[in-house]
Amino acid sequence: MSEQIFNGTGMKYRGQSMNPAEIAAHLGRTRRDFLRTAAGLSLGTALIGTGPLLRAESRRRKRKVIVITFGGGARDQETFAPEGQENIPHLMHELIPQSSFFTRMTNHGILGHYVATASLATGVYETLNNFAAIPPHHPTVFEYFRKDLKRPSSDAWVVAPSNGFNRIGQSDARHYGDGLGATVILPKRLLDAASAGKKDDYAHLIHDNYETPYYTPQVEGSEFDLQQLQTILKLSVSDFMAHARTLSSPDELSVFIAKRLMKLEAPSLLWITMHDMDIAHSGAYSLYVEGIQRTDRLCGEIWKAVQSEPEYAGNTTLLILPDFGRDSDEDAGGNGFQHHRTGDIASRTTWMMALGPDIRQGIVYEDPVQSIDLVPTLGAMMGFSTQLAKGKPIKQLV
Amino acid sequence: MLPRDLKAEDFAGYPPQAKKLAVEHIAVLRALPLSFLPSFLRQLIDYDYKFPLERAAIDAEVKVIGSLSPKGLNEWFGGFAHISLSPNMDRVDWVNRPAEFLEQESAYLWTTGQLDAFRTAAMEYGSRQQAAAPAKPIPIQRLGIAILGQGVTTYDKPLFRYLRTVGTYFTQVDPTNGVAQLVAAVEARAKAHPVPYGHWYVDGGQEAAHSPQLTSVSYAALKPVRSSLLHYINKQIAKPGMGPEELRTEMARLVPADLGMRGGDPVLDRFQVQMFTEGSGTQIFSTTFAMWTAREALRRAQPLTLLVRYAPRQAQRPMNELLSNTDKTPELDYMGSLVDADMGTYYHWIDQQRLTGHNSSAFLAWFEGHNQAVVIAPTLPRGVESTSAMNLGELLKLAMS
Repeated sequence: MSEQIFNGTGMKYRGQSMNPAEIAAHLGRTRRDFLRTAAGLSLGTALIGTGPLLRAESRRRKRKVIVITFGGGARDQETFAPEGQENIPHLMHELIPQSSFFTRMTNHGILGHYVATASLATGVYETLNNFAAIPPHHPTVFEYFRKDLKRPSSDAWVVAPSNGFNRIGQSDARHYGDGLGATVILPKRLLDAASAGKKDDYAHLIHDNYETPYYTPQVEGSEFDLQQLQTILKLSVSDFMAHARTLSSPDELSVFIAKRLMKLEAPSLLWITMHDMDIAHSGAYSLYVEGIQRTDRLCGEIWKAVQSEPEYAGNTTLLILPDFGRDSDEDAGGNGFQHHRTGDIASRTTWMMALGPDIRQGIVYEDPVQSIDLVPTLGAMMGFSTQLAKGKPIKQLV
Repeated sequence: MLPRDLKAEDFAGYPPQAKKLAVEHIAVLRALPLSFLPSFLRQLIDYDYKFPLERAAIDAEVKVIGSLSPKGLNEWFGGFAHISLSPNMDRVDWVNRPAEFLEQESAYLWTTGQLDAFRTAAMEYGSRQQAAAPAKPIPIQRLGIAILGQGVTTYDKPLFRYLRTVGTYFTQVDPTNGVAQLVAAVEARAKAHPVPYGHWYVDGGQEAAHSPQLTSVSYAALKPVRSSLLHYINKQIAKPGMGPEELRTEMARLVPADLGMRGGDPVLDRFQVQMFTEGSGTQIFSTTFAMWTAREALRRAQPLTLLVRYAPRQAQRPMNELLSNTDKTPELDYMGSLVDADMGTYYHWIDQQRLTGHNSSAFLAWFEGHNQAVVIAPTLPRGVESTSAMNLGELLKLAMS
């Protein structure tokens, strides 16, 4: 019988027999306790009764939102738990104290990075092939935003690490899609186009999908990518290459591009996906931890950029969330940190933090929320309809 | 085709012992739901290449199912019977290609949101099987040994962080001849208790000299197999339309002869090939290979003794480059390998604790060439540090006392 599942001795978590709901609640509670102890956050449930935040319409129209997702997921042992906190100093000491932190965000969909990111971007659990270059089947948040608020394409951008994400910005849904999506920028394609013939010097920045070591889609830059580089990012090939030489990973390249976009295009809706930590699939724990440490630093850099860019300072909400978790050490069907294959509750339960001028600071919420609640929440924050999304606005944020 | 339509000739392509078992119990197989049966057949089709305890488990499983009344069958398999499958799936050749069926079933369960229901049904089934056919007691105390940090001269961060909470941490270990002492101890156990596939030595690099009584797997010895597989992967990746799922399916069909292995122990050869074709990262990182081999050896062969020695892996490079396997003298990442091995050793202990006799088992992990080791045994206190001066042989005696 399936060794993936039947090797276990019942559903246990941390040595205790628990059902999935209890495990999810336990994860949320322990995460809360870690944060309350180490980062000094308050429990937010007592504050819910104070009612929704009120915002003037003019303020809403100026509002900008940046979403950072991790295509990887990091477990509490390597992050919020006492033994993991050394890996995330920027999140723990700079960002979390300023944030509303949701300890219990669950993903009930397919746990593959492209399909999960597509679900985050549409507010519907997508069922598309994780390894196929196809668009989401439901309207993306970028389409809702642009169509409803009549925003130009320059106002919604996606910076994605993997070539497999090149269709994430726009769905094939009726009445949406065609020309209404975000512009997707794939930094590795820019690099490929710019480095013509000298790829070896930059190979460390062109790592692709780690979800399977056998999936290494071709990185092929084009004339269009070079135009993006020169006309939008205002970078000469030589300047871009010189800067790329100073970077150590694909996520660093993504953040460099994202900060450039913030400075020059200042999109109101910017979505950045990172995936360095997904090297965990190779089974090398040290590389997974290094990925977490780098992601932590890069999140801090983006928040600093928000504060220093005049277009963003004081009117930007930053949302940071993994697309899902990773398998627990206890599940016999998996191999701990390495994968997210079991579908166990640890691999489905993750977290989200929100920072910005209208967000309560230093509050931790245990209330269960779902990945698909992100899009309706963004809609409520920015004032556009997300009629086909299945989630609900997160009441503590809108 | 549905299970109720099974005929003896459907198993004509199975290896001899698997075919015999299937035909003998065909009435049992016919009674099982399609959402379940291919999982069982996936194990059964490899029966001839399974370790003794795996075969015994299959024998016991089919016997238990065969003893169930119609009511009992409903109780045991009701959860599976409620799983709906894609209408096209009964057209898949699930008898001869159960692994491919399972790939499709898994994708369908994820897509239709039935994974949790399947998981629940599977766990209930597993619990019932364990209760109906409990594992037999083992003849001696089970022992796990991990040696990590080869080539690392200094390391000032905490090691064995998780294991120290469940064992005693020794800081004055005499490292002289440590590897030889530990291998000798494993050899002595193998000699005293000669159980087939009962005593293993897994090395992430070049193995140390050891007795042929040990079941030995080493990354260095498998270099030709690994090179052959990477060559195969590169050829497959270059084919138009080849995606990761297709490649995984193709790799799952590979047998030892496809990768140049001939004349060895067919059971162990099959196992070694599967470490590369079914593991993730085992093809490129020796630390992952050692970790995964330990896991699979414990899960499948359930050895009484398992010694795992980690070796430095190659440094990270782009995945395409690692898969191309063109660098014959790659840079090694000593520190990273130690961190990898530290977590792999923790998993080694967890996997050992899933087996029979876990309450009395012993485990020793040693930082190779250094003075630090952790020992977990029923007789030793947890979460404490000891400055007693001992060599590795003495430490093992303490663990087994």
